[in-house]
Amino acid sequence: MKELKSWPQRIMVYGLLLLFVFFAAAPFLIMLINTFKADQDLYRPQNNPFLYNFPPTLDNLRLLFEGTNYLVFVRNSMIIGVLVVLITLVIAIPAAYSLARLAGRWGERAGIMIFLVYLVPPTLLFIPLFRVVVAVGLNDTIWSLVLVYPSISIPFSTWLLMGFFKSIPRDLEEAAMVDGYSRMMAFFRVVMPLSWSGVIAVIVFTFTLTLHEFVYALTFISSSAQRTISVGVPIELVRGDVFFWQSLLAAAVIVAIPVGIVYNMFLDRLVAGFTMGAVKG
Amino acid sequence: MTETVEEAVAPDLVAYPAPETPRGRYLADHEGLMGTLFLAPAVLYIVLLVGIPFFLAIAFSVTDVTVGNTSMDFVGLDNFRRVVTTPQFRRALLNTFFFAVVTQIIVIILANILALIMTRDFPGKWLARFAIILPWATPISLGTIGWLWILDSKFSPIDWVLQQIGLLGPDTLLGPGRHLLYLGREELAMGSVILVHVWRILPLATVILMAGLTSVPQDLLDQAEVDGASFSRIHFQVVLPLILPIMSIALLFGLIFTFSDMVVAFVLTRGGPVYYTQVLPLWAWFKGIDGGSLSEGAAIALFIFPVLLAVAILILRSARRSEVA
Repeated sequence: MKELKSWPQRIMVYGLLLLFVFFAAAPFLIMLINTFKADQDLYRPQNNPFLYNFPPTLDNLRLLFEGTNYLVFVRNSMIIGVLVVLITLVIAIPAAYSLARLAGRWGERAGIMIFLVYLVPPTLLFIPLFRVVVAVGLNDTIWSLVLVYPSISIPFSTWLLMGFFKSIPRDLEEAAMVDGYSRMMAFFRVVMPLSWSGVIAVIVFTFTLTLHEFVYALTFISSSAQRTISVGVPIELVRGDVFFWQSLLAAAVIVAIPVGIVYNMFLDRLVAGFTMGAVKG
Repeated sequence: MTETVEEAVAPDLVAYPAPETPRGRYLADHEGLMGTLFLAPAVLYIVLLVGIPFFLAIAFSVTDVTVGNTSMDFVGLDNFRRVVTTPQFRRALLNTFFFAVVTQIIVIILANILALIMTRDFPGKWLARFAIILPWATPISLGTIGWLWILDSKFSPIDWVLQQIGLLGPDTLLGPGRHLLYLGREELAMGSVILVHVWRILPLATVILMAGLTSVPQDLLDQAEVDGASFSRIHFQVVLPLILPIMSIALLFGLIFTFSDMVVAFVLTRGGPVYYTQVLPLWAWFKGIDGGSLSEGAAIALFIFPVLLAVAILILRSARRSEVA
């Protein structure tokens, strides 16, 4: 893109950009400010909501970590995230390799079909899956989510990895196989070392997906000790009509910032997946 | 690859149909088996936890199954008939379409502007990109909590700003009340739900469009500029047609994510005030899980399927077009 020619143009464009940035970040800024606000500051409508009219305090964070189940939610989400990532990798890597190399002509079509499964939203399936989860005795435990989440992450991950494997020249494996490697060894010694960035993108995508998911987590789990962050924070940290606003907003922003940073680093990969490889990210 | 080598070395061999060596055939069979084994777990997972539940949803919708009563007696289309006649359902159906379509219209306009800005080079670009992607990267249930405070009936920072600049309060344009009660009034509550959807989908649409814009060949743009075309002419007559397939993909993904979402309405309004911001997925949850009538909930949720199917087909088409382009 060309440099902007005149100053008025520049000011207009950057002004517009600032507006967009403010729109995107405003809720997080408010969360961050309110995290450290004292009650007598926050709950007086005439106080400036963007400044500290009373000295900032750590009481809200103390309440969040010591007076609520927040750390339990965080632990549950971490356990679910790690296990779902592992299941996804174990299942999606071979499937993607199979579609990219072994399945021949129908591999591409099957890949697209698998990708389309990703578009089936939880809101269509949560009612029958609730029955399934009860039937296998996993309701009201985090294991129900460990079981079900891969059904969302495997399709997209398989699609993403398939694109990766295809971009690796066939000749490399064939040369290795001529040298006496089996297909399996060629895969582990030649293809996998070249695919780490794809694997990492899948890890990031799957982990954030488990953090984001709300519908299944809300439906399958009803006891506080088994809740995840995405459901536990909006449901459990509001007691009756009493909102512990600062702790609530703190709980949200503590998760948002690190996830945002990691997500940002792998954005291009995920975009390439979304645009179905039509655009090289 | 091997075929082309053979062609070059001995073109007469190609005349014979499929001159496969025994070793080649053995390898192909072996790899076919391996391909199937590699693919089987993924297919099994999808069949068991997506395919079968989908047919279960259809089965539930024509029976009288509830959370408490597991026996499934066939009742035909009774559930559909019953849910369709309620005003809550009708409002939810209308809202689901309305929210999704209005959100996409706003998003695609804003994303085009934002993507054009973001494909330029400027200092602090990484930080700007980070801020802009945050709403999409954050769990939406947590992001919406921030909006819940911003739109609060008593402490809304927007209200405070409006009061300071003399637009809200007694004897002002938006007065006389000191608060706008964003989530308590029909139009404002609907607007609030759309606002949060736009906030959340805009980053996705923007990054997809950015990918599209950077894929437009630079020499094409240079050529157009040498020919004396203005910026707006280059944009609307050269760039836009080229990125149209990718734009439609961004649009369709946004449509699916908004259309099937229940989180924003759940956290922000619970469908209220009354049922003015109710949407199909949330109404299905209230009926099926909260109310315990699995069959009615399944019937309501199934109404989103035809739209999803149509959008999925459109995505496939645009993807094919963009591959050609």
